[in-house]
Amino acid sequence: MSRSLANPPVENPEIPALLPSAPGLFDGYTQSSAFDEMFDAKMQPRRPYRKLHKELLRLTHGELLQNKQKADLSFFHQGITFTVYGRNEATERIFPHDLLPRIISAAEWDVIERGLTQRIIALNLFLKDIYNDRRIVGDRVVPGEIVYTCRHFRRQMIGVKVPRDVYVSVMGTDLVRLPGGRFVVLEDNLRVPSGVSYMLSGRKVMKQIFPTLFRKCGVRPIEQYSQTLLSTLRALAPEGCTDPTIVLLTPGVYNSAYFEHAFLARQMGIELVEGRDLVVHNNMVYMRTTRGLTRVHVIYRRVDDDFLDPLAFRVDSSLGAPGLFSAYRAGSVTLANALGTGVADDKAIYAFVPKMIKYYLDQDPILDNVETLLMWDRVQCAHVADNLHQFVVKAVGESGGYGMLIGPQSTEEGRRNMRDRLLADPRNYIAQPVLALSTAPCFVDGSIAPRHVDLRPYVLFGDKVSIVPGGLTRVALRKGSLIVNSSQGGGSKDTWVLQS
Amino acid sequence: MLSRVADSLYWMSRYFERADNCARVVDASQSLILSRRAITSGERWDRALTMMGLPAGAGGDPHDAIRRLAADGDNRSSIVACLAAARENAAQVREEISAEMWEQLNRLYHEAVGLGVDVQDDESVMRLVAAVREGSYSFHGVSETTMTHGEGWRFVQLGKFTERACAVSMLLDAYFATPGEAEADDLDWVALLASCAAFDCYCKVFTADLQPDRIAELLLLHPEFPYSVHYSVERMYVSLGAITSSSAGRQRAHIGRVIGRLRSSLAFATVPELLAGDLHAFLHGVVEQCRALHAAVHDAYIDYPIEIAFEG
Repeated sequence: MSRSLANPPVENPEIPALLPSAPGLFDGYTQSSAFDEMFDAKMQPRRPYRKLHKELLRLTHGELLQNKQKADLSFFHQGITFTVYGRNEATERIFPHDLLPRIISAAEWDVIERGLTQRIIALNLFLKDIYNDRRIVGDRVVPGEIVYTCRHFRRQMIGVKVPRDVYVSVMGTDLVRLPGGRFVVLEDNLRVPSGVSYMLSGRKVMKQIFPTLFRKCGVRPIEQYSQTLLSTLRALAPEGCTDPTIVLLTPGVYNSAYFEHAFLARQMGIELVEGRDLVVHNNMVYMRTTRGLTRVHVIYRRVDDDFLDPLAFRVDSSLGAPGLFSAYRAGSVTLANALGTGVADDKAIYAFVPKMIKYYLDQDPILDNVETLLMWDRVQCAHVADNLHQFVVKAVGESGGYGMLIGPQSTEEGRRNMRDRLLADPRNYIAQPVLALSTAPCFVDGSIAPRHVDLRPYVLFGDKVSIVPGGLTRVALRKGSLIVNSSQGGGSKDTWVLQS
Repeated sequence: MLSRVADSLYWMSRYFERADNCARVVDASQSLILSRRAITSGERWDRALTMMGLPAGAGGDPHDAIRRLAADGDNRSSIVACLAAARENAAQVREEISAEMWEQLNRLYHEAVGLGVDVQDDESVMRLVAAVREGSYSFHGVSETTMTHGEGWRFVQLGKFTERACAVSMLLDAYFATPGEAEADDLDWVALLASCAAFDCYCKVFTADLQPDRIAELLLLHPEFPYSVHYSVERMYVSLGAITSSSAGRQRAHIGRVIGRLRSSLAFATVPELLAGDLHAFLHGVVEQCRALHAAVHDAYIDYPIEIAFEG
């Protein structure tokens, strides 16, 4: 079976535990049925964590607390904040960051890396296919009905030539680890995935706080992300353009991810532009500078499809530039990601990704999907509607933890509501079993306790696929919570991929 | 540099300068009025309003005047409104200014808002004015030392000195050229100097013997005093030179002509001639030429028609 090959056992049972269970620091650390990232069932640290565990035991609560304060202060000074909108004005909060790193062994990372590479290649082939020849629909592998009814399908993209046939050049895939220790894909984010700035700045802070630990553990670097992103964007320049001008398009300072946009633009040394800075003339895009209009060749856009061009999409959008889509069609400017990529991260389409991989690459998926029931299928829908308390139900086009129902934690009213919506518009929903996301030790409220985590690695695709070893480990900081989104009480952890 | 960014830097700086000027005018007026009988205070407040380009108050009600100058959210020239506008512009360009500049400006804004000025309470007004004075010294110092003196800096400087040249011209106009019922006396002249942070400097240059013509000399024509109109125009000239050096064409020539004319009108003027002639027209001319420069820079670098950009 490809599954066991693809996911080698995390623990080597022959190696005896090196340390007795920890006194003090980990007292009262209770495991659930979920996989724990640091401890095996006997509360012994797993191999990749042994050095960290040993070093942590040298620290007292007081020292940990001090380090935590140092880290928070550093985040605050760097301005690593997100904006919360209140009654009168917006306040800035620091992004909650957990002190204890999440560790991934070299062998585990190898699987993730190969699995994500395979996935981004297949997803790009799918996008090229459905906007051109539609073979996969013709061959009845993916039902056309699901593709064409997707809210993020863009008719305007049919037949548009995209540089290097790369539609998705920045992907943020959410992985979760199941009780057996296996990583599976929870969802693909193919539109404008965010969070990478937290990964980068979190690492910077951790290096200041735990320099010795870094040296001892042998952590692979991630600092090259910005350079890799820049060369990815450069590789996607329109044909014949050797020295492209690249910009980052942001919705503006009031966007909650503005910090990240500014951060990345600065790191790459490119202009941070808003729609109103752009002018389209004769199907070419320019930015308005004090020295006149400067031609723009590649736009790393952090604005959703709908808002990019009021002439082609939403007329009420003031975030984009009129005529941008026409210039894009004409091939004078590259948008990364391309338009219409949202069709492939629709949660109903997601269910077909393993089939896509088989269809386009003739390979078995290296990373599996979570079992997913399509409500579009009448039988499955009826089953789920009658057993809502057992499922997680998600709206297909939503992200950020919105529009979903977690069965076991839901109320009678919530279920009734969901049932009505489900039956009214089955195409718009999928259902998944409730997953026991893995837990990792977190330093919360002065002691160490397990919290659920996921992992979002960032995959770049220009002339080749590159993935910086690591990603954003998101933590559901509320006890028992399964929701890791920052908008709903989530935080992050530094993610260490080991050299060996 | 993006035009939008240059524009925000310019207005950040201009609004900040306006808040600073307004605080000094309120401070000086308050101090002047405390030394006088109440009967003339209305006129003095009306003059303060005129100096800040606002219509005179309803019957010279001092509380109303203070409210409009200090804390009126609807009046875009009030201290608090100007700080809010400066901060709003800074927020758009946090990547261009230094972190310290943002911090200073943000802190000052929150302090000013938090003070909650009560116009009936003289002390609360003085607290606001003192906070702005301190905050402005810090902001200017931090800007000077932490922001790269590149193109963005030129727009910051241009905003600051354009605002200052206009403000000081209007102050002088209010004192010299507008016929007032009450003759200006020593205390009034002290207030004028204080409005420009110029009292110490005046004493150093001319001794404490207050003479209107000398005051005009210092505030209008002195080439080295930072609050004089002449000095401000010289700084504008330097900034404009740097801004226009990268561009060619008609706009550059036009801007060069206007600033050149303005400089020489100040460099070759003498106070006796100005006082004998039409000082009001002269000061009015300075303000008009500053406006013309503002418009020319805006048309050439910020909001230019794209047809022209393609010709050039």
